[in-house]
Amino acid sequence: MRSEAGWGLKLGAAAGLMFLHLPLLLIFLYAFTTEEKSFQFPPPGLTTKWFATAWFDRPDIWGPLYLSIKVAAIATLLALIFGTLAAAALSRAKFYGKDSLSLLFILPIALPGIITGIALRSAFDIMNLPFSTWTIILGHATFCIVVVYNNVLARFRRINSNMVEASMDLGADGFQTFRFVVLPQIASALLAGGMLAFALSFDEVIVTTFTAGQQSTLPIWMLQELIRPRQRPVTNVVAIIVIAVTFIPILCAYYLTREGEHTGGGGR
Amino acid sequence: MTHAVSFQNVTRHFGKTRAVDDVTIDIAQGEFFAMLGPSGSGKTTCLRLIAGFEQPTSGTISIFGEDATGLPPYKRNVNTVFQDYALFPHMTVGENVAYGLMIKGVARADREASAKQALDMVKLSGFDQRRPAQLSGGQRQRVALARALVNEPKVLLLDEPLGALDLKLREQMQEELKHLQRQLGITFVFVTHDQGEALSMADRVAIFNEGKIVQAGPPSEIYERPRSRFVADFVGSSNVMSPEFSKSHGGPEAWVSLRPEKINILTGDQKVVSNQFNAEGRITAIHYQGAMTRVVIDAKGTRLSATLPATSKALAEGQTVRFIWAKDAIVEMEKA
Repeated sequence: MRSEAGWGLKLGAAAGLMFLHLPLLLIFLYAFTTEEKSFQFPPPGLTTKWFATAWFDRPDIWGPLYLSIKVAAIATLLALIFGTLAAAALSRAKFYGKDSLSLLFILPIALPGIITGIALRSAFDIMNLPFSTWTIILGHATFCIVVVYNNVLARFRRINSNMVEASMDLGADGFQTFRFVVLPQIASALLAGGMLAFALSFDEVIVTTFTAGQQSTLPIWMLQELIRPRQRPVTNVVAIIVIAVTFIPILCAYYLTREGEHTGGGGR
Repeated sequence: MTHAVSFQNVTRHFGKTRAVDDVTIDIAQGEFFAMLGPSGSGKTTCLRLIAGFEQPTSGTISIFGEDATGLPPYKRNVNTVFQDYALFPHMTVGENVAYGLMIKGVARADREASAKQALDMVKLSGFDQRRPAQLSGGQRQRVALARALVNEPKVLLLDEPLGALDLKLREQMQEELKHLQRQLGITFVFVTHDQGEALSMADRVAIFNEGKIVQAGPPSEIYERPRSRFVADFVGSSNVMSPEFSKSHGGPEAWVSLRPEKINILTGDQKVVSNQFNAEGRITAIHYQGAMTRVVIDAKGTRLSATLPATSKALAEGQTVRFIWAKDAIVEMEKA
């Protein structure tokens, strides 16, 4: 027998979904409006000219877009290296205080961004580090590492530690063992963690605000655009790009780790 | 002839525990050598010391006459069959077996041929395209064996390789392993906590307790002439008698061991013969075990157990009986 949810519950769920997704739909809608000064509803007319405008007439978009991609790429790379190393170390070792140390790795993502931002800003100040692209990258790396670390650690837990010994026993040195035995088994976790990290970094605002100098990343550029209106629908066009760049990797990461669990479970 | 493996005063500490404590032993070439002991007795650590996964805290280990102390696992010509097999799940069975040869840089065609040959040897022909996840426990064990043997190691190390198999399969694998060892002539070093396995397969058995080898020798010697109470108890079951009991019944004034199957119970018309010792006791329990019956006798406070052929005698609990054993059946031990 199948139980049916009551009308009230269905209505509540529908309202919840609308509340979550209607604003997103409005972003799409207003990318096509003919009215450029204010967002009036319903839009007086629809046009695709803002896509052309964004592409051809607004060179100010390219700088922030390029910076965002650069920051996200380097922060992700750093996260892949250090997140994997940390996960490898903590999955193998057994020592007093291991759980606390593990918590310290995860903490940056649990802390409010504003705390991370202020802490990093004062730290850079004390170190006399001038704010630059690199300070943004360092700021983003703090939470990117966590994402990679978590993904890879979960995978390491499923890898039989005897496999590393078996590989060494069969004549492989440390590098060969990593290349032929460890890497193939953590590859999908790395890809998933990396994409998630990239997406997180790409749309980050708060930590960026505290760690950036004069440059703007794409999300910050958008914030500034909303404050002084000029060709407002262009901001929406850029928002669609941001959605595409962040949503697709997150979706891929989700499916990758899900599939990984199936094959990983069967391999044991 | 140089020894296959030689331990000279090898000690391995983990913090304060002495996992291996001053072990000196030589393993001959082509020998099937079993290391037997309870868990935590140091036998597995000894195996890992030979493989190179552990390094001795002090002492030296040599393999075929060459000092292996400090050498990493990948520079030793020994291979290991792991307890849980440790197959690589992302590779096919063929790739698993060919892994060692691939690392050595053997050409693809050659290593695939060698892998096929090794799989034939363990009776897994045609399995090379499968994944480890698609195999049964017994088949995985054979793959692990093939993966080690394909490298033609000088010494093959086996860490409780039959532990995860069910009884029937285990008996079959025991036979096959022994056959394989005779056929290849490779030195096998085998770790187990199953005394039956060690006795039936090995040429020589070393009994481990608390990080030391307490006795080493051929299976029959270990069983027939245990040197200590620990060995007598651990290998088979045994009756250990105090020096007082032994002396009062005609034996030497020392701790002695008497195997249960060496005891017989006298019935009415039987007489004690000159080369026999005897004692009187009360039967406290009778356990029927199919082919044998185990009878527990209380001889004035000393508890003895005897195994008799199942149908030989009509005995009852509470009955007082005279039991006998041959003079040469008792084994004097060095210590209790």
